[in-house]
Amino acid sequence: MHDMLPQPAVASPAAAVVDGRVVRLGQALPGDKGVIVDVRAGDGGIDHGVDLNELHRRLLEFGFVEGAQVEVLHEGAIGRDPIAVRLDDMRIGLRRRDAEDIWVLLDAK
Amino acid sequence: MTDIAAPNARVALVGNPNSGKTALFNALTGSRQKVANYAGVTVERKEGRAVTTAGRTLSILDLPGTYSLRARSPDEAVTRDAVLGKLAGEIPPDVVVAVADATNLRLVLRLILELKAVGRPMVLALNMYDIAQRQGLRIDLEGLARELGCPIVTTVATRKRGIEELVAKVDALIGEGALGTANSWREPTAGEIREAHREAQRILKAHVRPPERPDTFTGKVDGVLLHPVAGLAILFALLFVMFQAVFTWATPLMDLIKDSFGWLAGFVAAHLPAGIVTSFISDGLISGVGSVLVFLPQILILFFFIILLEDFGYMARAAFLMDKIMGGAGLHGRAFIPLLSSFACAIPGIMATRVIDQKRDRITTILVAPLMTCSARIPVYTLIIGAFIPNRQVWGVLNLPGLVMFGLYAAGIVSALAVSFVIRRIFWRGTAEPFLMELPTYKLPDPANVARNVILRGRIFLTRAGTIILPLMIVVWALSSFPGAPPGASDPAINYSIAGMLGHLLQPIFQPIGFNWQMTVALIPGFAAREVAVAALGTVYAVGGGDAAASALGATLANHWSIATGLSFLAWYVFAPQCASTLGVVKRETNSWLWPAVMLLYMTALAYMAAFFTFQAASAAGLG
Repeated sequence: MHDMLPQPAVASPAAAVVDGRVVRLGQALPGDKGVIVDVRAGDGGIDHGVDLNELHRRLLEFGFVEGAQVEVLHEGAIGRDPIAVRLDDMRIGLRRRDAEDIWVLLDAK
Repeated sequence: MTDIAAPNARVALVGNPNSGKTALFNALTGSRQKVANYAGVTVERKEGRAVTTAGRTLSILDLPGTYSLRARSPDEAVTRDAVLGKLAGEIPPDVVVAVADATNLRLVLRLILELKAVGRPMVLALNMYDIAQRQGLRIDLEGLARELGCPIVTTVATRKRGIEELVAKVDALIGEGALGTANSWREPTAGEIREAHREAQRILKAHVRPPERPDTFTGKVDGVLLHPVAGLAILFALLFVMFQAVFTWATPLMDLIKDSFGWLAGFVAAHLPAGIVTSFISDGLISGVGSVLVFLPQILILFFFIILLEDFGYMARAAFLMDKIMGGAGLHGRAFIPLLSSFACAIPGIMATRVIDQKRDRITTILVAPLMTCSARIPVYTLIIGAFIPNRQVWGVLNLPGLVMFGLYAAGIVSALAVSFVIRRIFWRGTAEPFLMELPTYKLPDPANVARNVILRGRIFLTRAGTIILPLMIVVWALSSFPGAPPGASDPAINYSIAGMLGHLLQPIFQPIGFNWQMTVALIPGFAAREVAVAALGTVYAVGGGDAAASALGATLANHWSIATGLSFLAWYVFAPQCASTLGVVKRETNSWLWPAVMLLYMTALAYMAAFFTFQAASAAGLG
């Protein structure tokens, strides 16, 4: 499952992926805004301090679920990390490395 | 009063962090609260009493805030086990009150679905309902209550609105003898969490209409407070004010306490017949109580700021801004407040580590906190610098004593970062836990709530830390007083005491770091507090007390010690755990003697090594 492309829960995702409009939240920039299309905890060789299944469930519990609206609001001064995002009607701070496997379909600009 | 009466029923408050759960707890119980620890863990147990109109006494338990029953920290495990009725020594609650921020229902709905699976009778308190109304948020209360299968009460905890109704609803459930349903909760899988979110989303859509005037204030304020440059600048300015306040506002009060107890001790000593009982009362008991109370001003001021910032919603932002900087040393973003406070005193600093959720992050912070240069080191540094460091200019602008003082502070900070780095890289390997933190909407702190929580912190310090610091002080007194000097003795009495004997006994160990036996003896009463070492040196060298003593003592030391010894003593004090109160508070905060023991060992080892290298290097340079 890890080497497959994300399977977005919204219409016509394939075109968006090709367009480059599906991005990892971990690499999104302030102002980037869209809908979460996939949340997983892939093994990108990143150490999260907890196992992937645990990270996956924590992200889900905080509301990083498919269909949620997300917008990057702010980023830290050093290494642009961590990031503050608006997630539906909440604000959440998280590190970029833990947000790597949240895939976001960006709104058309 | 009903406090003694056995409660007729037990109620547990469960909710997300920032839902105003503690404010609701305060509104429900008023001053009828008891704070302790859960058996075997360091998690704070807050219990209070409320009386219903039917005359029932309710025991109300304020459980740690959580987003899920799938516990991730010791605090959350307590919440889960208490709700499931599996917590050792805790009677399962008869009714669960789910506390929700009415303006932020999405995540708490999922928690409520989990609580429903547990099956205990439940009441939902929609707190901060006034803000929801102001935003034009419409909640179909009847439909939601039907959907969730539990009564709903709207509350404004800070204004005590809806409290009576909440108690009445709980009372009614108990009166009906509601038993709830069988527990079907188990740890959800990722798929089940998704499923629960969909269900929560469906409920939300069906019964809650989004706000007409959503909060834009938080977004605007965050634009400034989370700005990469301005945000950090504001944070540092805030920290500076806080540090200054803890340091300077507390000083007059601390002096007042010190002087009062000094006066009282002197008064007792002068008016009671001289002897061991009088010595115990004045030097042991009164000084001991004084040495506990003297920390109170700093603790109250520090917690005033912490609670204010926490209630405003800034604490999570501060952790966000500091996460990367602190993370470099393996510390959590939230560790910076405890560490900063430790510049004033490690005691409030260590108490402030409660803001760190993860146990390892918290213990690492506790272990390095005493390395920050606390104000009690200043008298020691001043004495030794005054005696051994020539007052001259360096490079035209800097003065040498000031430079040495700065160097000592820097050594403390650098070693604290280095030690935490080593702890996290060698002993507790692996990356820090994920940093996932809700940035709550900003809210104006409620003065009554802030005052209550500050007083609570003071009370906890006095009853729990105080009861361990006082006996330690009496032990130090006993070591320095028994046995007394033989008749006709010419040396100061301390030389004949257990402390004196220990000092002579330990002398060979301290030889290589350049300490003479007088210094070794002074280290033992100096365990009471770092600045006591100055007085103890005065006693050992038989330089009388009083204000003039400090400069006289400096001159005496300059005659008796080599420069290498003086420098070695400074190096020792950068690291030495010469503070029984700190060790006592670590024992209280970690609920174990392991961590004070670890602290004592590692700091003593560092102090010895630092003093050894300083002394040997200085001697080699011809300063011996």
